[in-house]
Amino acid sequence: MKSAVVVFPGSNCDRDLAVAFEQVGGTKPALIWHADTELPAGLDVIGVPGGFSYGDYLRSGAMAARSPVMRAVADAAGHGVPVIGICNGFQILTEAGLLPGVLMRNAELAYICRPVDLVVENSRSLFTSGYAAGERITVPIAHHDGNYQADADTLDRLDGDGRVAFRYADRCNGSARNIAGIVNADGNVLGMMPHPERALEPAHGNTDGRRLFEGLFEKVGV
Amino acid sequence: MKARVFVTLKSGVLDPQGKAIHHALEGLGFAGVNDVRAGKLIELDLAEGTPHAAIEDMCRKLLANTVIENFRIEQAD
Repeated sequence: MKSAVVVFPGSNCDRDLAVAFEQVGGTKPALIWHADTELPAGLDVIGVPGGFSYGDYLRSGAMAARSPVMRAVADAAGHGVPVIGICNGFQILTEAGLLPGVLMRNAELAYICRPVDLVVENSRSLFTSGYAAGERITVPIAHHDGNYQADADTLDRLDGDGRVAFRYADRCNGSARNIAGIVNADGNVLGMMPHPERALEPAHGNTDGRRLFEGLFEKVGV
Repeated sequence: MKARVFVTLKSGVLDPQGKAIHHALEGLGFAGVNDVRAGKLIELDLAEGTPHAAIEDMCRKLLANTVIENFRIEQAD
């Protein structure tokens, strides 16, 4: 299995995501610095981690989305390489135009850090095959800007095409239609605010996040 | 030359920060505030002769997220 985790100044979940890739996929991912212009060849999976890239200046994810490495990530995504963006990674993927919509300040303005219940909307995607459709799982969130918004047409399209991967079981940050994670039209790019890499092993108190990585790595044939 | 870029949320986009400011103004006893929308002002110091189109390009590519934000450019010489 050949994977990479992109690291920006201010990323702080890069290590956790790398551990998840290594534990489930069996090999250590390459850590790619934001200023790099190329990714290793033949990657099976790319991770865009959580954190506060570039201090969340201008808008969360805005600076990282324009960094050199993201052009390489967009290119790889265009060639079908699976890309998973978690939390700040989701914000970066929307700012980079790889996913539709935006993540705005939480509706109640508060930073929310707690485990939340999610509903797995479908189990057909690359990223949700480890779950049953409609299954309820618990995964931690930790964000200030997780309020997913898009215009009504985009939301209808996401719903109609089965591109909502995860929904909050209860209202949590003001997200339109309680969206917690979506995939792109080709199904190889996932963005989600909750942190599956923080629910990986019993010591975390919960292992519901592990099956995301297990399902993904099984699907990519690793 | 200088340019000022005003970035504002499109109408209809919920503005939690504007709402909080509104609420705080009411808390201070200011009556008659119907609504508050918060935005950003970005000041650019540019090379002389920078075309307006280039500033617009900067807005579209970085300064504003046009999914939810509008921008307005004010050029001063």
